[in-house]
Amino acid sequence: MSKIRDDYESSLWNRLTRWVDGETDPYQGKMEMQPLREADVTGDSVYNPDRLDRRKVDRYLENTEKNKEIKAFRILYSLGSVALCLLLIAVLLLAVSWLPVLGDPNGPNNNEVSARYVEKGMEESGAVNMVTNMILSYRGFDTFGETCVLFIAATCVIILLRKNEEELENAKETDWKYEPKPDAILQKMTLVLVPIIFLYGFYIILNGHLSPGGGFSGGATIGAGLILYVTTFGFHKTQRFFDEKTYEIVKVGALSLYSVTMIYYFYTGANLIESRIPLGTPGNILSSGMILPINIFVGLEVACTMYAFFALFRRGGM
Amino acid sequence: MSFVENFPCFSIVLCMAAGILSTPMKAKQAKCMTMGLVVLVTCLSFGTLLHVLSTGSSFVYTMGRFPAPWGNEIRAGVLEALMATIFSLVMLCSLAGGMDHVFRDIAETRINLYFILVDLLLSSLLAIIYTNDLFTAYVFVEINTIAACGMIMIRRSGRSLIAATRYMVMSLIGSGLFLIGLAMLYDITGHLLMENAHEAMIRLVQAGQYHMPLLVIISFITVGLAIKSGLYPFHSWMPDAYGYSTMSSSSILSSLVSKSYIILLIKIFYRVIGFDNMISSKIVDVLFVFGLVGMVMGSVSAIMAKDIYRMIAYSSIAQIGYVYMGIGLGTEAGMVAAVFHILTHAITKSLLFLSAKGLNDVSGRKKNFRALQGAAFRNPLSGAAFLVGSLSMVGIPMLAGFISKFLFATAAMGANPGKVLITLIVLAVSTILNAIYFLHTVIRIYTPLEESAGTEGSRGRMSVGAAAALFCLIFLNFALGLTSQPVTDLLQTGIEMFG
Repeated sequence: MSKIRDDYESSLWNRLTRWVDGETDPYQGKMEMQPLREADVTGDSVYNPDRLDRRKVDRYLENTEKNKEIKAFRILYSLGSVALCLLLIAVLLLAVSWLPVLGDPNGPNNNEVSARYVEKGMEESGAVNMVTNMILSYRGFDTFGETCVLFIAATCVIILLRKNEEELENAKETDWKYEPKPDAILQKMTLVLVPIIFLYGFYIILNGHLSPGGGFSGGATIGAGLILYVTTFGFHKTQRFFDEKTYEIVKVGALSLYSVTMIYYFYTGANLIESRIPLGTPGNILSSGMILPINIFVGLEVACTMYAFFALFRRGGM
Repeated sequence: MSFVENFPCFSIVLCMAAGILSTPMKAKQAKCMTMGLVVLVTCLSFGTLLHVLSTGSSFVYTMGRFPAPWGNEIRAGVLEALMATIFSLVMLCSLAGGMDHVFRDIAETRINLYFILVDLLLSSLLAIIYTNDLFTAYVFVEINTIAACGMIMIRRSGRSLIAATRYMVMSLIGSGLFLIGLAMLYDITGHLLMENAHEAMIRLVQAGQYHMPLLVIISFITVGLAIKSGLYPFHSWMPDAYGYSTMSSSSILSSLVSKSYIILLIKIFYRVIGFDNMISSKIVDVLFVFGLVGMVMGSVSAIMAKDIYRMIAYSSIAQIGYVYMGIGLGTEAGMVAAVFHILTHAITKSLLFLSAKGLNDVSGRKKNFRALQGAAFRNPLSGAAFLVGSLSMVGIPMLAGFISKFLFATAAMGANPGKVLITLIVLAVSTILNAIYFLHTVIRIYTPLEESAGTEGSRGRMSVGAAAALFCLIFLNFALGLTSQPVTDLLQTGIEMFG
């Protein structure tokens, strides 16, 4: 039988077993301690009484008068970040100076890709506007993805900012904060301007395949018109023609029709099936196959998203 | 063209459509649709895998009517199909396992929004895996980032909002660097489709043109994607993001989202820049060094972590370090090991998160280790699952983690002589550190409570879905550990198909 050591308590093995058992506290005897107060709520809730003490500690630690290390660290940190940014800028400028000259006819990006977009775009996709051809037909998948980026961004804003019905009810009492004061000049001007803005927005969308414009820019114009209306007349009046339900119907309708179109386009395109959407005569308003409907869907989605961002940030609901 | 070749495209677009349709739905309907969708996508991906294996070659699918240099394309080979299958399976398990928490943590009116995020996240994961086009990759990286951010903050408690903000900032820096890299790459090659860009790249390298921009491009793309996947010095968002979001989100984020960027990086290495150019640019050595540092530092932080979720989160940092170390070895064996470890970690980390959730539920929802004492007796299945996950991470034979460590060690032997010894040493050190924190927790949960301690949190009752998810992940772990040879062969063929 082995000898029992007198200093068994402090032997390595004993300390290891005690640590595995969780009996030791690494801080014991090394710092002043207060028993923890029982937390009110379990889990990682926002309120926790022993956080108050931590706040005190934080305040002390962050007090640069008393804590010189933190001051030195902060100075070093800001100097370091400025230096890093300058380095990055220098590297980027240097790299750009080595890149091919912009607009060089012999440059690497003036190749067969852009040549076909320019020369055959109208014949193959049916739109006079080359940019529209490129984004909605040649690279239609990217644009569908891009529309989904907008959709998911709006979803995230809704998650963060939408108030539930109770909160909106309570907010009604303080709604005057959100409702504008009636202003005769502004209202008259808005009544004149908003129809024109809407009309122009629709024009950009519907003419997207013929002239510069398209769903994204037209939708943004219509969204701006809606925002102008709501800032002048308030949410109450806007809800008569555009409330949360309309928003959902328009958005879901537009986007699901868009995805159906895209599935049809991908399926027929990849399987070499003749597409049943006629291309029409380039230059006519009803031409260019699926580009016109897609422009309309994208336009509606963008207009809704613009307005939703505004309404959610302003009031937390539509 | 056989009908199966439509499957990758269908699975991506269906996910997007499902996300859109979830908007007006009630929580329950959205849940049913999403679960059905994930099952469907798993089947479709598996079908693709079988098809690719039977034909023995990869296929390219034009998204639309226009072929390669003009239109978008996706491409499916063995590696892509295998990744898509495993990823959707892990997604299914993570959702099923954490469903009760989703309904508990998130306000009733926001649950359908959660499923929108899940659907779009799945679509972006699939698109990043399958894409054959650099800009498509970027668009879906964007969707992936926003969806992941939403999944962290949807709990709307103080900590998860801070975590989401941190994640957003770091992730956007990564996206920005990646986008700058892509823009410059387009400028010197004139192509966005991977094959054409690769051809242009070979011409440029042979002619010795644009040497300096090429270096900048390689480093920006690599660093951008490394930041997004949480390589060591850029890991600060990880513990909070994984520790304070709802359990399904943590599981999906740690096992799938950060991995998808690594897969994209590997794809760009092989299919755009070219493996030899990568090696000669020395960027792999940088990844190697940071990978090694991450392996040790992640484990050290995990030992010091005070609650079980943060411990698992810090362990992820170490595991990401392993993957980058494998890439940094600069050999094909290293790459196979890295990809195998991606699979291992995806399966094991979701298992650990879900079982930790089960243990936590029966311990009065306290996360510190003291409360977890004896939890494995109160919830035997979660205890067993945690045991399997821990042993796998430590690297006990018969489990997936052992195979990845074995592959890493074998790969290290064939690497550049300067890297052999250091890799083996760090691998050994990191294994011991892994063992310390995982076994500490395992011993803790298998230590019975003393009689006097009272019954804190009675025996747990797990939902059928959660139990099935745990069983499925344990099974996958054993399956990957016991049938490693066929899987490694698959990965080998998959990587060869890239070239």
